Amino acid sequence: MKRLRMSLVHLFLIAASIISLFPFAWMLIGMTNTSSDIVKGKFSIGSMFSSNVTKLLETTTLGSAFVNSFIVAIVGTAGTLILSSMAGYGFEVYRTKGKDKLFGLLMLSMMMPFAAVMIPLFRMFSGFGLLNSLVAAILPSITTAFMIFFFMQNTKSFPRELLQAGRVDGLGEFQLFTRIYVPTMQPTYAAAGIITFMSYWNNFLWPLIILQTQDKKTLPLIVSSLASSYNPDYGVIMVAIVITTLPTVLVFFLLQKRFVQGMLGSVK
Amino acid sequence: MGGKWNKSSLIGWQFVALPSALILLFSFYPMVQSLLLSFQSGKGTVYSYVGIDNYIRLFSDPMFLQAVFNTLLYLVIQVPIMLFLGLLIAHLLNMPNLRFKGFYRTAIFLPCVTSLVSYAVLFKSIFSLDGIANQLLMSLHIINEPIAWLMDPVWARIVIIAAITWRWTGYNMIFYLSAMQNIDPSIYEAASIDGASKTRQFFSITVPMLKPILLFTAIISTNGTLQLFDEVVNITNGGPGNSTMTISQYIYNLSFVYTPNFGYAATVSYAIVIIVAVLALIQLKVGGEKR
Repeated sequence: MKRLRMSLVHLFLIAASIISLFPFAWMLIGMTNTSSDIVKGKFSIGSMFSSNVTKLLETTTLGSAFVNSFIVAIVGTAGTLILSSMAGYGFEVYRTKGKDKLFGLLMLSMMMPFAAVMIPLFRMFSGFGLLNSLVAAILPSITTAFMIFFFMQNTKSFPRELLQAGRVDGLGEFQLFTRIYVPTMQPTYAAAGIITFMSYWNNFLWPLIILQTQDKKTLPLIVSSLASSYNPDYGVIMVAIVITTLPTVLVFFLLQKRFVQGMLGSVK
Repeated sequence: MGGKWNKSSLIGWQFVALPSALILLFSFYPMVQSLLLSFQSGKGTVYSYVGIDNYIRLFSDPMFLQAVFNTLLYLVIQVPIMLFLGLLIAHLLNMPNLRFKGFYRTAIFLPCVTSLVSYAVLFKSIFSLDGIANQLLMSLHIINEPIAWLMDPVWARIVIIAAITWRWTGYNMIFYLSAMQNIDPSIYEAASIDGASKTRQFFSITVPMLKPILLFTAIISTNGTLQLFDEVVNITNGGPGNSTMTISQYIYNLSFVYTPNFGYAATVSYAIVIIVAVLALIQLKVGGEKR
């Protein structure tokens, strides 16, 4: 009885794993097939890989899209880490009633749907003369209430004695932050960095609105426009999807522990 | 003493000032602008105040009502299925003598690293008319002829629900798993001694202990579903005949696809704000009540 139950559990989990992994196999195998084979459901390795890659490079601006995605994700992540950690540190270490009230107000922005702010944001950036610029793709989410909350939560377990010791050693208040807090909190920075990188890398709606010319587009925009064309070439699309997915999968496997920790950090 | 306190408080403000200002500028200011805009109407750059006309128009706008219906339908069906599946898988993975735990956990979590656009396009290709999903179901004799997944309003919605569930179940599972690992095992031992069955233990110990995290995941999933955009745009583009269109996509279309009407689009966006706020209040109320 017990053994039967255990087999059922494994059967269920194997089925769940196969369903979870299948689309990954599908995109890898799809890279080697023609578009018509893919829509006909061919699930075996074909010989079209190099021709799909060549076609992708010839017909799209994939190279510049990759670079754009990278710039947006890296600069955005760096900015978010600096600004959000400063705020999380400030709100927690120098806690006052006034700051708690401001923090509560900022938290409200987590409940604001992006669709409700995108039109004024679009008009604001066109007023700045920043339409169709990577700066505009980066700025609106350069600090998020979620990330400030994340740093504040993690700062609760930061040993305050270190700050006192630093003061005794004659460090100024900003040096305490840069020389003591930042190095001590490296795991938190890593976790926050991974989450932020992924959300910039995968972002779609805002770049879709703000980045209009081909040379400014990011990877998700390229994948989407390839797939929504009148006669989509799925072999080519699969290559683009694999290229888009590869960096995040790599980050996940290299930093799996930090990644999970990063996701859970906010609910500790 | 007071002077020192004020000085330290002032330093704190220096740390929080710039990040707070950016959030006020990029979230709160647009929210206010959006509210003002929702009382205006016009085309191009000429806008004039029309009072609550836009809000009245909402109730007789079939496309808006359809988008609200679709979005709420995804919410009511998809979120419970996903949270239940996540909870069930976490419960199974938390069994003390289960083998291959690490493999299952990684495999089921992996969908979370894909970009929304990429997995949406993958699902579109999997559910094409002659595609692999139909072939598999036909070879298993579950269906006799191919289903036109993305051409049929009901099936198209099912594909979208399946896709979102695929992407996010593992995400929720990780939260539950970590909360389960924090439950003291002696509680279960005591319950076993008292003769409580495993199922009974799950509903009387695990679920109540997980209440805060269940509430948290319910709120973020609700929030996410109400803002659904990437998947629908890339799997069905709202079709067939607007039957899968969400509120966010309607706002996008009103602003950037149809003749732009930012005023009315802003009104529609405030409908989401109201729905998000009401649902969050209900969830907090229900979640907090039994504590």
